[in-house]
Amino acid sequence: MNPKDSPAQPERREFITKACALTAGVVAVAVPAAAGLFVLLDPLGRKGGAGEPVRVASLEAIPEDGVPRKFSVLATRVDAWNRTPNVPVGAVYLRRAAGGAVQAFNVVCPHAGCFVDYVDDAKHYLCPCHNSTFEADGRIKDPKSPSPRGLDELETEVREGAVWVKFRNYRAGEKDKLPA
Amino acid sequence: MNSLFNWIEQRTGAKKLLHEALFENVPGGARWRYVWGSTLVFCFTVQVITGLFLWVAYSPGSQTAWESVYFIQHQMTGGWFLRGIHHFTAQAMTVLLLLHLLQVVIDGAYKAPREINYWTGVLLLVLVLALSLTGYLLPWDQKGFWASKVATNIAAITPVIGPALQQIVVGGSDYGHHTLTRFFALHAGIIPGLIIAFIGLHVYLFRKHGLTAKEPRRKRDEPFWPRQVMCDAVACLAVLAVVLVLVIRGHGAPLGAPADPSEQFSAARPEWYFLFLFQFLKYFPGGTEVWGAIVIPTVLLLMVGALPLLGRWNFGHRFNLGFLGAMLAGVALLTWLAVSEDGRKPEYVAAVKAADFEAERVLALAQAPSGIPTAGAVTLLRSDPLVQGPKLFVRNCASCHRYDGNDSMGGQPKDKQTASDLKGFASREWLAGLLDPAKVDTANYFGASKHKDGEMVKWVKKNIPTFAAGDKEQLRQALVALSAGAGLKAQKESDARDAGIITAGAKILPGHDVGCIECHTIMGQSDGGEGPDLTGFGSRQWLTAFISNPKHESFYGAHNDRMPAFGADGRLTADEIGLIADWLRGDWYVAP
Repeated sequence: MNPKDSPAQPERREFITKACALTAGVVAVAVPAAAGLFVLLDPLGRKGGAGEPVRVASLEAIPEDGVPRKFSVLATRVDAWNRTPNVPVGAVYLRRAAGGAVQAFNVVCPHAGCFVDYVDDAKHYLCPCHNSTFEADGRIKDPKSPSPRGLDELETEVREGAVWVKFRNYRAGEKDKLPA
Repeated sequence: MNSLFNWIEQRTGAKKLLHEALFENVPGGARWRYVWGSTLVFCFTVQVITGLFLWVAYSPGSQTAWESVYFIQHQMTGGWFLRGIHHFTAQAMTVLLLLHLLQVVIDGAYKAPREINYWTGVLLLVLVLALSLTGYLLPWDQKGFWASKVATNIAAITPVIGPALQQIVVGGSDYGHHTLTRFFALHAGIIPGLIIAFIGLHVYLFRKHGLTAKEPRRKRDEPFWPRQVMCDAVACLAVLAVVLVLVIRGHGAPLGAPADPSEQFSAARPEWYFLFLFQFLKYFPGGTEVWGAIVIPTVLLLMVGALPLLGRWNFGHRFNLGFLGAMLAGVALLTWLAVSEDGRKPEYVAAVKAADFEAERVLALAQAPSGIPTAGAVTLLRSDPLVQGPKLFVRNCASCHRYDGNDSMGGQPKDKQTASDLKGFASREWLAGLLDPAKVDTANYFGASKHKDGEMVKWVKKNIPTFAAGDKEQLRQALVALSAGAGLKAQKESDARDAGIITAGAKILPGHDVGCIECHTIMGQSDGGEGPDLTGFGSRQWLTAFISNPKHESFYGAHNDRMPAFGADGRLTADEIGLIADWLRGDWYVAP
């Protein structure tokens, strides 16, 4: 039977029926979908906080001539539900700056997140991915380097002959140093 | 705008398709009784939506499944709500499937030419049940774990292919990572894929033969849109409302303690709609289970499938109604029997209570600052004195000792009490009772052991009543100091408050004023007696050493009365002894 054959309902009643059908249908599907979206977007509310300072190395282990040396950073790793104390969470280059102060650089290249190497002969850091180069003090060396900023320096503290670093990661690809 | 629609229409035919979908004829006009099929499609859609989002956060693996579900349920924004919808919609779906089946049979919609459509429906019913069976295991909690173990063991008794089938499904000879990856693939991939294919076929055939109108037709025919769509949408919304009430009432879906293959779980039961099968199996003695688990259920399912063929006879339709009614009555009766039998079984009630306690406890431990180790949340329970202490006490100590007058889990051991009651061991109250002439020879201290006639009992009964007020005060201070040496968590505040008394008592204790060192050694001071060394009495170190070997010369030595050397004899590991000691000392994690 063709719907056009059915007697014309009062238009108003027809409209209300249609509106009810649509609303009920949309609400019924939207509720579970919205619940899912909340869960999907949950990571937006989670920030990778700056860790407490951790002991990275003894002062003696850092060369006096200003050449950087790489050290692992051991801290509590929080991975969703797991908390694991005292495991590697990253690495830093430590070096003595002029005047004897200790500098710490996150080994992660600020361009796209690869680990940089320190090349002894050239006296610079080289990113193995896109060839960014950095001076020993972290500044960009070759101005054509793709990295938007120098290596990320981290806060350090010397306590009783040991170097403590406040380890954290920063967002790659940004001109400014923004916490990840 | 119109030209864009036309452009799309010319290339896809979407409008035509939509028109066909919406203007299907409803003979006799829209009616509420036609909504069941649509509510099922709706439920399945909800399950696909919520399931995909749950998938985003779920991690199948024996050290991550429970943990990721815990994280969804208790840490992620709205996670409990999402999981709750998925859980309760699954249950709603089972109920709606039954209603749909009943409606189809009552209205005779299974008859020619709709047999194949009916059979696809029966297949869909089986697939949806398979979906709940596989989904039950995925949280990897005790209930799902043990219930699924039973289910796969039953599958193994299928003649010929059973054992191989079990190994394939389980992913080996025992439950583990591959059981989860396989159940997950079945639950989230294979079975839903089959369901989508069969829903497609089911709806196609439904459209081909048209709706089976309920006679007499009350009104003129009308198209599906808008009145029947409205009825369907409102029914779906009502289903959702019921689901939401259940979700909010239960704050999502339940999550038990993490699966532990080494831990007895007497509260294991299948999901409520499988309880009839669970109950049915009880009536089949060893060797005949295959009848109860496989043969009879299969025959009944085949009978359900055969309704269209049976319905061709003269009285076929009535027979079918009778058969389905009888079968459902049987299912209802068995379900009721299962529930009422459980309710009357004290062991089951206690097991459920214990399961609830562990579920709550593991939650507190998982939320503690130390978090969940990579070895999984099950290790939190295994190393928790509050959970393990009473279990170890029941198995190893309660045949002689008591804890608050019982076996520490509320039961009464068969054996008579022959050693002290250890509730509050080393606390001020416990020690005060020991030094009370009226209590020292009761069963709660030395009364039931051979020490009843020992030096300690004699000393307390003879000397304490003669103590002058000054002596009594000195004894009290010594007692407070001795108890403080145990470092009990429950006395932390009173010990801090009474620091002065403790300092005074600590000086009295190794001296001759109160007489302890006439028999005991304290801080290296002794008159050469053979009583246990009280240095650090009740501390973790003292207690673990004592439980390990009470026969050691610094404890009872040759005077030990039947207490086994749990450590020295290898009856318990050092960890287990530590758990008992921590529990007796009241030393476990307490959520702030």
